[in-house]
Amino acid sequence: MKDAHDIKLKIGLAEMLKGGVIMDVTTPEQAKIAEDAGAVAVMALERIPADIRAFGGVARMSDPTVILAIKKTVTIPVMAKCRIGHFAEAQILEALGIDFIDESEVLTPADEEFHVDKWKFKVPFVCGCRELGEALRRIAEGAAMIRTKGEAGSGNIVEAVRHMRSVTGGIKRIQVLSDQELVTEGKKLGAPVEIIRKVKELGKLPVPNFSAGGIATPADASLMMQLGAESVFVGSGIFKSSDPAKRAKAIVSAATNYMDFDLIARVSEGLGEAMPGIEIKEIPETQRMADRGW
Amino acid sequence: MSKTRVGILALQGDYAKHAQMVRQLGGDPVLVRSPVELLKCPGLIIPGGESTTMVKLLHKHELWEPLLKFGQERPVFGTCAGLILLARKLLHDYFQPLGFIDVVVQRNAYGSQIDSFIDDIKVIVLGQEKIVEGVFIRAPKIVELGKGVEILAFHKKDVVMVKQNNVMASSFHPELTNDTFIHQYFLNEIESAQTIRK
Repeated sequence: MKDAHDIKLKIGLAEMLKGGVIMDVTTPEQAKIAEDAGAVAVMALERIPADIRAFGGVARMSDPTVILAIKKTVTIPVMAKCRIGHFAEAQILEALGIDFIDESEVLTPADEEFHVDKWKFKVPFVCGCRELGEALRRIAEGAAMIRTKGEAGSGNIVEAVRHMRSVTGGIKRIQVLSDQELVTEGKKLGAPVEIIRKVKELGKLPVPNFSAGGIATPADASLMMQLGAESVFVGSGIFKSSDPAKRAKAIVSAATNYMDFDLIARVSEGLGEAMPGIEIKEIPETQRMADRGW
Repeated sequence: MSKTRVGILALQGDYAKHAQMVRQLGGDPVLVRSPVELLKCPGLIIPGGESTTMVKLLHKHELWEPLLKFGQERPVFGTCAGLILLARKLLHDYFQPLGFIDVVVQRNAYGSQIDSFIDDIKVIVLGQEKIVEGVFIRAPKIVELGKGVEILAFHKKDVVMVKQNNVMASSFHPELTNDTFIHQYFLNEIESAQTIRK
């Protein structure tokens, strides 16, 4: 009963964040700008992904001072990232009273075989995925929210689109499979058949599915929502642009009214420079964040 | 008889869960994102979500004034963030809410997400008492109760659902349970209000 309660509360919070924008912030001032712009949550970080990419080296959980200062500044939920498989970082984030943990490929993985056993925690987890099998494995480990990975810090939407289409395409495929075919599908996807049955029954993932990695404009947000995202994460896209407050508000409006193109056109006017983007092919394979996690 | 139409404010939050429940009860859920959509509805649900985000979007999408008028005439039901929006005043005055129910509400009164919980609550409507599952997620608390406010539910000693005139609100999420009791009560409210107007 307790476990059933726990997962209901975890997915419940994810439900509350739907139709919104979750913004990466590195200081209390940025967190305030995000909240004032209408963010539904903030991701507290020492460095945004674009800077992690530039900085190089091992990227770890942020200093608790940074996280706590941000937590003190805003009333919306605060998320923070731990390294893939680094359950001790997750335990520390839980102790800090973080509302949601992102077991994130943006940081350097701590375990190249196993992700965190997320059922052991009371705090909910969000995990990245590139395709359906990866999403279902994370759900099997107890993730309460999935986000397609995209390529963090790239300012390029192409990977986010690829991953979202791959997940929704995989879900469509399951809809047309007979019950007899589901076990083999499970083998192909590398995911438990019970969750695949659930996906067939629901026609969607059993937890909310958000989009991340490369969103830089209101149009990008609308694109991802139309492709099936239930909310969007914006990492470097806001605070690497020339007018963060204005861009943040515009992206919030576009995520809410993603089918109202007159409105998106209006809010897209005069936003100044977007973050400079990177062609994915120019990122060496060893530095592609999306390939971390399995 | 045609299906009862129920507007669901769909700026942000778990509006899809409310829509699912209304559909399950044979109602016709209409997602509301503009004043035109609002005025087509005989009643409105304000879902859970982030109240600060919703307030900003209500102003930005010119829904604030129409909603102030709507709530004086037609049934409105808010859950969690919805309660915050419908209150008279917030502790610490984060923003000025719509003010339909004479209560003072404290946001995130129980703490962070790890303090979220599920527990039995006692609902009292139309002289009936019923124990239902109360899902409290980063929930607000009613810290002051005005005289004209009707109490509809308790969790232990805390008042967790209230009603004043045609507006009701809960600090928990009936839309996240399988129990349709509270939504049915609200649908009945809309139907009887429609009959009176006719």
